[in-house]
Amino acid sequence: MRGPGRWAVLAALVVLAVVMVFPFLVVALNAVKSREEYSSEGPLSLPGGLYLQGVVDFWERVDFGEKLVNSLLISGSVAVLAVVLSVLNAYALGIGRVRGRLSILVLFLVANTLPQEALAYPLYYLAKELGLYDTRLSMIIIFTVIQAAFGTYLLSAVLGQFPKEILEAAEIDGAGRFRALTRIVVPISRPTLSVLMIFFFIWTWNEFFLPLIFLISNDNQTVPVALGVLQGERYMDATMSSASALLGIVPAVAFFLIFQRTLTRGITVGAVK
Amino acid sequence: MRRRGYWLYLAPSLLLFLGVIVVPFLMNLGVSFTRWSGVGTPRWVGLDNYARLLEDERFWLSFQNNVALIVAMAIVPTVIGLVLAAALFDYVGKRFGTRTAAALRAMYYLPQVLPVAVAGVVWGWMLHPSYGAVNRAFGLELDWLGDPDLALATVMAVMVWFQLGYPVVIFMAGLQRVDPAYYEAAELDGASWWRRVWHITVPQIRPEIFVVLLTCTIAALKVFGPIFVLTRGGPGNATMVPSYFSYLNFFQKSNVGYGSAIATVLALIIVVVTFLFLRVQERER
Repeated sequence: MRGPGRWAVLAALVVLAVVMVFPFLVVALNAVKSREEYSSEGPLSLPGGLYLQGVVDFWERVDFGEKLVNSLLISGSVAVLAVVLSVLNAYALGIGRVRGRLSILVLFLVANTLPQEALAYPLYYLAKELGLYDTRLSMIIIFTVIQAAFGTYLLSAVLGQFPKEILEAAEIDGAGRFRALTRIVVPISRPTLSVLMIFFFIWTWNEFFLPLIFLISNDNQTVPVALGVLQGERYMDATMSSASALLGIVPAVAFFLIFQRTLTRGITVGAVK
Repeated sequence: MRRRGYWLYLAPSLLLFLGVIVVPFLMNLGVSFTRWSGVGTPRWVGLDNYARLLEDERFWLSFQNNVALIVAMAIVPTVIGLVLAAALFDYVGKRFGTRTAAALRAMYYLPQVLPVAVAGVVWGWMLHPSYGAVNRAFGLELDWLGDPDLALATVMAVMVWFQLGYPVVIFMAGLQRVDPAYYEAAELDGASWWRRVWHITVPQIRPEIFVVLLTCTIAALKVFGPIFVLTRGGPGNATMVPSYFSYLNFFQKSNVGYGSAIATVLALIIVVVTFLFLRVQERER
C-alpha cells in the first residue's frame, strides 16, 4: 500500500491510541483545575494554571500518605516472602524431585485458579477467630500463600532445567543442601526471581476483593480500596474525583516506568497466570 | 544425589497452604450445605441452597452478565488485539520504524498498568451523569451507569478499554518468533494483508491466543472490582455478576450458606473452563 492509504492505516492506529490514553489526559487536566474553572471551562480546556488544592484536599481527607504506606508495606512484604517460599518449594520440587511432586504442582496450580470468593468467608471467619481480622498482617499472610502458589508452579519448571553438574560439584566440595541453595541456585536464578518479585508486588498492589473485606478500618486500607470505596460518594465533585483518580494512577504508572525493563523481559512469564 | 530431606523445604508452604487454601475451601464447601447467618451454629440443609440457585432469577442473570463480560474481556480484546498486533508488527514496524510501533503499543498497554479498581474510579468520574467529563465534553445527558438499558454496555466498553493492551503485547511478543520468509512468500503470491493475518499470523501464534483467551476468560468470570466501584451490580440487577452476588450474600444479607453455594459453583465453572482449555490445547499440539 502506498500514498494516502499508507497514512490512513497509521492514522487509524493513532486515533485508537489517543482514545486509549484519553482518560489519563482528562484526569490529569482536571485534577489541577479549580472547581470554578471546571464548571465554566469544562473538562477539555487546558488548565489556566496549576491549581493543586483539589489534590491536596483529597490527600488530606483520606490521609493518602497512610494508604500508600499500607499498600507498600503489604505488597513489599508479600513480594519478598512469596519469592522466598517459591524458591524453597521449587528447590524441593524442581531440583529435589520429591515423590508426588506432580500432584503437588497440580494442587498449587488449581489453588491459583480458584476464585477468592470460594475462600473469602472462611478466611474472614478464621481471621476473626485468630484476632487477625482488619490487620495488614492477615493480608500479608494470605497473599504470600496465593502468590507463592503461582511462583512455585513457574519456578519449579525453571529449576527443573537447572544444570545438575554444578550441584554435584558443590556436593563433592562438601557444600550442604542449604548452602547449595543460597550460594548457587539463588544467585544463578536471580533474573527470574527479580521478575517474579516485581510481579508479586504489582499483583498484590492491584488486589481489591480480599483487602476490601479484610481492611475495614481507614487506618489499614490500601490505595485501591480507599479510592474504590470513596468513588461516587456524595461529597465528591468533579475536581475531587479527578484528583482521586490521579492519585490512583500515579503510583501504578510510576511502578510501570521503574520496572519497565524487567517487566518487558518477563511479560511472557505473566502470561502464564 | 540423595533425595531425602527435601521435604523439609516444602514443609512451611504446605502448612500455610493448608491453612489459607485447603481448609477454607473445604469449609466453604461445607457451609454451602447449610443455612448460616455467620453467627451461631450452621443448620444442615443438604442441597437446598443449590436447588434454590437453580430457581433464582438473579443467579441466572448474573451468569448471563458474566457471558457478556467474557465477550468484553476475552473475545473482543483478542480479536482486536490480533489485528492491532499484526498491523503494528507487520505494517507500522516495517514502514514507519519499530520505534513508532513500540510507542503505539505502549499507549495501548497503558490502561493495563492500573489496578482494576482504579480503572473503575477513573471511569466512574468520567461517566458521572451530572459532572462527568464525557457528558460535559460531548454535550450529552446520558446516565451511562444508572440507566438499566445502558449500564451493561458501558461496563463492557470500559472493560474492553482496560483489557486491550494485554493481548496486543502478548501477541507482538509471539510474532517475534515468526519467520519473515512466510510473509515475503505470501506477499509475492499476492495474498492480501487480511489473508496473511488469517493464514500466517493466527496459526503461528496459536499458543499465545490460547493463553490470552484462557486468562482473560478466567478474569472475566472472577470480575469484581469494576462492578463494585462502578455499579454495585445495579441498576436493578443489570450488571450483577456471580462474584458480587456472593459478596452480597456473605456480607450484606448474612446468607452465608447461599453465598458459599454461589462461590462453589463459580469455582467449579472456573476449574472446568481451565481444564477444557488445557485439553483443547493439548490436542492441538
